[in-house]
Amino acid sequence: MIFSLAVYGAPYSSQASDSAYRFAAAALAGGHSIYRLFFYADGVHNATRLAAPPQDELDLPQRWRTLIQAHKIDSVVCIAAALRRGIINREEAERYERDADNLAPGFEISGLGQLVDAAVHSDRLVTFGD
Amino acid sequence: MNPKKIMVINTHAPYGKATARESLDAVLAASAYDQDLSLLFLGDAVFQLLQQQDTAALEAKSLSTALPVLPLYDVTAIYAQQSALDARGLTRADLVLDVECLENHQITALMDSQDILLSF
Repeated sequence: MIFSLAVYGAPYSSQASDSAYRFAAAALAGGHSIYRLFFYADGVHNATRLAAPPQDELDLPQRWRTLIQAHKIDSVVCIAAALRRGIINREEAERYERDADNLAPGFEISGLGQLVDAAVHSDRLVTFGD
Repeated sequence: MNPKKIMVINTHAPYGKATARESLDAVLAASAYDQDLSLLFLGDAVFQLLQQQDTAALEAKSLSTALPVLPLYDVTAIYAQQSALDARGLTRADLVLDVECLENHQITALMDSQDILLSF
């Protein structure tokens, strides 16, 4: 089955992000495919490469990066949600004259149309967070 | 590819979280994709539909001016949960959009007929 995931929860703020990660890993391990991960609302915080959680806690942003790169999963961060919350790639940082960027490798910034496209092209779209 | 039946379901009151605004953004984006799109307001989300929401003190955009653009984007299948309106002392006359009010068993059937449910 072809899944897409919509992730609305920030890491550590709610269970949503961790549940989404575990669902994605389980789906892939079960032989399913993931068409796209779409990070929206507070879920965009999963895409920072600057998170530094305590060493005895799970590093959720790192886990996402590892999973995304290992399986080459199309992973999109909503541009409107991301820029409002300071999740930004180099190109947008230059456009808005910000002095740094923080988008992790493996993620791309794009529009909400990618969420709709994921819904259209997947057998199931599963939402995590509210 | 045949259009899919996509229902966006709102469940949150308007301003405590960004959810209502971000749902509306998603609906407007989806309207460009020629899908069979509908929108449902459940529970506290019916407050999003109230007329004359004055957000000046919040310094935020008002949903009662934003939501009426939906018909211009051909989003016309808009539903509200009748029991949620009743429980909050609201009627259709209080709402900024011409919505169809549904009983819970009708909502269940409508959800069942969709390909995609996108909840906010």
